[in-house]
Amino acid sequence: MRNPLSDKITEVKPSGIRKFFDIVSEMKDAISLGVGEPDFDTPWHIRDEGIYALEKGRTFYTSNAGLKELREEIQKYIEKRQGVSYDPMKEIMVTVGGSEAIDVALRCMLNPGDEVIIPEPCYVSYVPCTKMADGVPVIINLKNENRFRLTPEELLEAITEKTKVLILAFPNNPTGAIMEREDLEKIAEIIIEKDLYVISDEIYSELTFTGEHVSIASLPGMRERTIMINGFSKAFAMTGWRLGYACGPEVILKQMIKLHQFAIMCAPTTSQYAAVEALKNGEEDVNMMREAYNQRRRYLLHTFEEMGLPCFEPGGAFYVFPCIKEFGMTSEEFALRFLEEEKVAVVPGTAFGDCGEGFLRISYAYSLEDLKVAIGRLANFVARLRENQ
Amino acid sequence: MREKILTIIEKNSKIDLKELAIILGEEEIDVANEIAAMEADGVICGYHTLIDWDKTSIEKVSALIEVRVTPQRGQGFDSIAERIYKYPEVNSVYLMSGGYDLLVTLEGKSLKEVSSFVSDKLSTLETVLSTTTHFILKKYKDHGTIMAKKYEDTRLKLTP
Repeated sequence: MRNPLSDKITEVKPSGIRKFFDIVSEMKDAISLGVGEPDFDTPWHIRDEGIYALEKGRTFYTSNAGLKELREEIQKYIEKRQGVSYDPMKEIMVTVGGSEAIDVALRCMLNPGDEVIIPEPCYVSYVPCTKMADGVPVIINLKNENRFRLTPEELLEAITEKTKVLILAFPNNPTGAIMEREDLEKIAEIIIEKDLYVISDEIYSELTFTGEHVSIASLPGMRERTIMINGFSKAFAMTGWRLGYACGPEVILKQMIKLHQFAIMCAPTTSQYAAVEALKNGEEDVNMMREAYNQRRRYLLHTFEEMGLPCFEPGGAFYVFPCIKEFGMTSEEFALRFLEEEKVAVVPGTAFGDCGEGFLRISYAYSLEDLKVAIGRLANFVARLRENQ
Repeated sequence: MREKILTIIEKNSKIDLKELAIILGEEEIDVANEIAAMEADGVICGYHTLIDWDKTSIEKVSALIEVRVTPQRGQGFDSIAERIYKYPEVNSVYLMSGGYDLLVTLEGKSLKEVSSFVSDKLSTLETVLSTTTHFILKKYKDHGTIMAKKYEDTRLKLTP
């Protein structure tokens, strides 16, 4: 029988988180600091709107780009929060989570052999999606001493004749790093000079704790060069609703909507109605959740300081990325032993790129009570390792 | 800082002072001073414990009583409210808009105890025109806390 598979997909490595997931799922009594989604339920008024949409029989396709009302709300929201305005009819599309937007944007922008610069550690899907779109991933290893921000020097070094796209994902999963206005201005200058494009994954934009989130699309000359991706999962605790969106210049969006139409038709209708309510009346909820995450962030940083575990102060998302190099173990060894001995699951930094070696991703999408128990066990574990050193 | 402290201790008055300072990113002494000031100003009026009495062997009956009264010249509702809230068995007294004037909540050991309070003490007050008593059958949620169900984390244990 002929091989049913494409070479491309067989060459894509499975997610580094997968192996760990299987081990953790087997351990019934393990507690986890490994999730990448909010612990809050979707605020009730948003769920209620979804229920109402179902009751009303709004169970049909929407237009390919998404409900007009939702796109208009997205336009208002982005203009208010990021200071960039997009035409809701031509420059905004609603997608099945931010993930679909990443995939579609890459597939619409790359020709075979085009290079995509991906700063790591980062979310797991940029490299595989680039490969499936016939692009060539070029990795930049971000550094702890730069607080995992992308520097202009690092970017310049990675650019070649073939470079077309830079993927920027800040606030960052897994490091919690952010890029401030001055950082982005230097990057934007290079992007314009070298005639490149940016896919800016800003899914954690609402979870910025030190200052306000700045989108690179809002900088002069960058709107025409940026696909801004955002969504409802993190800000409004709506992961399971699978709803995101992309904003960008018409020339790219038109093709993205075309591909989305053939591959997906439209994002889930119920979710779109709920999302309208989220944007109209959800600001208070976002503020409440942001404050709760920020309190946990401070708590974790404090406890790391107490146990002498080095960790740069993350400005966003809901992760901390402490360094465990002193224990002379790989991230994976550390995470496995921690799981076996203390029954707490964390994600080794290497799941997000080779330069995550020596780090752990610890999620604080948990109640303070749960965090206290888990961090108490981390303190025990660390103390035991040091005793035996 | 004041508002943030109140938001947290409204839900968890038992929180450790040190921990409160850490999560708010403030100095412990400043938080302590702010709380002391709020206690002195009467912003913080007390620290209570939310108890699900149904889970104990202690019998308790709670009731809401709607009271219609004649306001008194020069004093409005205040003096009649005072007459009512001085009874130790009364939990709360609110002045209401709408079809009645005062809402009184009350706890007693039995239906009989509550109803005798209403008939013997409350209804006999001169300015009270009428009362309507509602007994609480089950508390699902109290002070923003859901009592009927326990929270369960159904998320996948690891996600990217």
